[in-house]
Amino acid sequence: MAHVDPGPMAHEADAAQPEEERRSRGPWVRAALQLLRRPKAVFGIAVILLLYGGGILAPVLAPYGFDDQDLLATREGPSADHLLGTDFVGRDVLSRVIYSLRTNLIVTATAVATGSLALGITLGLLAGYFGRRVDTAIMRTGEVFLAFPGLLLVILLAATVRPRVLDWVRGLEESTGIEGLVQWGVADYLVVFGALAVFSWVGVARLVRGQVIQLKAMPFVEASRTTGATAPRLLLRHLLPNALPPVIVVVTMGMGAIAGAEVVLSWLGIGIQHPVPSLGSMIREGQDVSILRNQPHLILPPVVVVGLLVFAWNLLGDALNDVLNPRAR
Amino acid sequence: MPTFVLRRLLWLPVLLVIVSFVTFVLGHYGPGDPAEVRLGDRATPEALALIREQLGLDRPFFVQYGSYVADVVRGDLGDSFAYRGRTVAELVFPRMWVSVQLGLAAMLIAVSLGVPLGLTAAYYQGRWLDTALVSLTLFFLSTPVFISAPFLILLFAVQLGLLPVSGWDGLFSASLIMPALVMGLPGVAGVVRLTRASAIDVLGQDYVRTARAKGLSEATVQARHVLRNALTPLITVLGLSLATLVEGAFITETIFGIPGIGKLAVESIFSRDYPVIMALVLIVACAFVVANMVVDILYGFLDPRTRQELGAYGAR
Repeated sequence: MAHVDPGPMAHEADAAQPEEERRSRGPWVRAALQLLRRPKAVFGIAVILLLYGGGILAPVLAPYGFDDQDLLATREGPSADHLLGTDFVGRDVLSRVIYSLRTNLIVTATAVATGSLALGITLGLLAGYFGRRVDTAIMRTGEVFLAFPGLLLVILLAATVRPRVLDWVRGLEESTGIEGLVQWGVADYLVVFGALAVFSWVGVARLVRGQVIQLKAMPFVEASRTTGATAPRLLLRHLLPNALPPVIVVVTMGMGAIAGAEVVLSWLGIGIQHPVPSLGSMIREGQDVSILRNQPHLILPPVVVVGLLVFAWNLLGDALNDVLNPRAR
Repeated sequence: MPTFVLRRLLWLPVLLVIVSFVTFVLGHYGPGDPAEVRLGDRATPEALALIREQLGLDRPFFVQYGSYVADVVRGDLGDSFAYRGRTVAELVFPRMWVSVQLGLAAMLIAVSLGVPLGLTAAYYQGRWLDTALVSLTLFFLSTPVFISAPFLILLFAVQLGLLPVSGWDGLFSASLIMPALVMGLPGVAGVVRLTRASAIDVLGQDYVRTARAKGLSEATVQARHVLRNALTPLITVLGLSLATLVEGAFITETIFGIPGIGKLAVESIFSRDYPVIMALVLIVACAFVVANMVVDILYGFLDPRTRQELGAYGAR
């Protein structure tokens, strides 16, 4: 991934592209159009929109609440009332899957926005641009984070820090008078995406740093420096946009991993906690051999949804890689 | 010894100190007052004071950290909370051996399937076989362990009754097949993709054309020239796959009931057995640090061009 990539501005357009299209549109529009011509990208985008769109609209779409129990109808198979059946306390499986997607979306989006994007890009830009001590400090810190196997560090953080965060949220609830923070799982969200963000910035920071170091030596950067461009302008206007294409690829490819990590953490019982629904806890509840044998409708929906989601992100990342990093093919 | 090796080795103790310090701080103070955590409901002021003195919690912070490190170096990882009267070392080390065997089996599957498939895909680059292989591996790469495991159990154990549902009878037994496959398949996918990418790179080199031009058979070209040069990047991946294997072990061992460190870790999280969690994090992180370093140094020998970079920040 660390190859020389001068960014979209310098890319030669696809030879197959019509002449007028190449000239009239900006590089980003061109990339987007190329992307939409690829079936795997279209499939990936469609699945992601469908699943996460369903998650956002959960209160509207879900036929039941995620915690509505019907103790007279437990472990029922699919029927007209419950399209995907009910679980062991009579909760509607379909509704729980839809709400779980919302949970996953919140965690994934926040973790990526804070970790990969905010922390990763900022630190990478600073390290690459200023070099020397700033670079050493940032990259060595990153190396320490990489020394811990990601999931294990997250597990340690989540297992040890969670009680503290829960106390803090309780205190917040009491002092502000806002109710339901604990019940809605705010503490869990904080712990999980905090922990995920903490270790997901390093890869992006390394990538951005490498890009910036290469770009810094390019004539257009020197030219704008000669015309008196300030450091912030150079960073934001010239270096960042040109460093972005490979970052977009890496972040997209990482989205599937982060979405999957939320599921794994919740599966382990240290992520999202009862009663907030998560695909991970649904899978855990349904993985018993007797359930597999007798009520496969309990485990198939969450498993298929997680598989589709991660697959869709990877397909999209793969397609983006083809479009934005033509040389890496 | 070349300087790049020395520079890497000097960084090793620093990393180990940081790793142990982070583990100590999180494990000891993360969950709250260690004395209260240990006593739970039975906490009274007298009992708390007593246990603080016993555990040495009244000593200055760095003295406590120092004695923790000294204990760890001597192999004393403390006592388990959940298993009364057992030391952490007694719990961890026998299980680690089980996990290592499972991991090696998974890695063997990944390499022995992944390398030939990757070379095949590269040879047929752009044709349907290549596309099929690449899509298939992407699918396996996207299938987390806890998804493939229930499906395999449902098919092979519940429906067909061919393989045992769970358990562990050592390396050479039927109960190893499913867990090793489940852990190995994402690895196969990774190895295929990497082998394919680097083999395509190598196939475009002049020396491959020369080898073909001087009339070597395709098999010889593949074995002597392509394979050898395409495999260098694999070393990195095998080193890094340690993390994937550890992650996979958590879920695989729990689902298949294999008494390894993954299952122990999951149980310890549920029973809040902090000494065990700390020990596992410390051991795995140290293994990880050492594996990374070995990979970096090996890589420096195999591809001298990377040495400069290695001196700076590692190969990844």
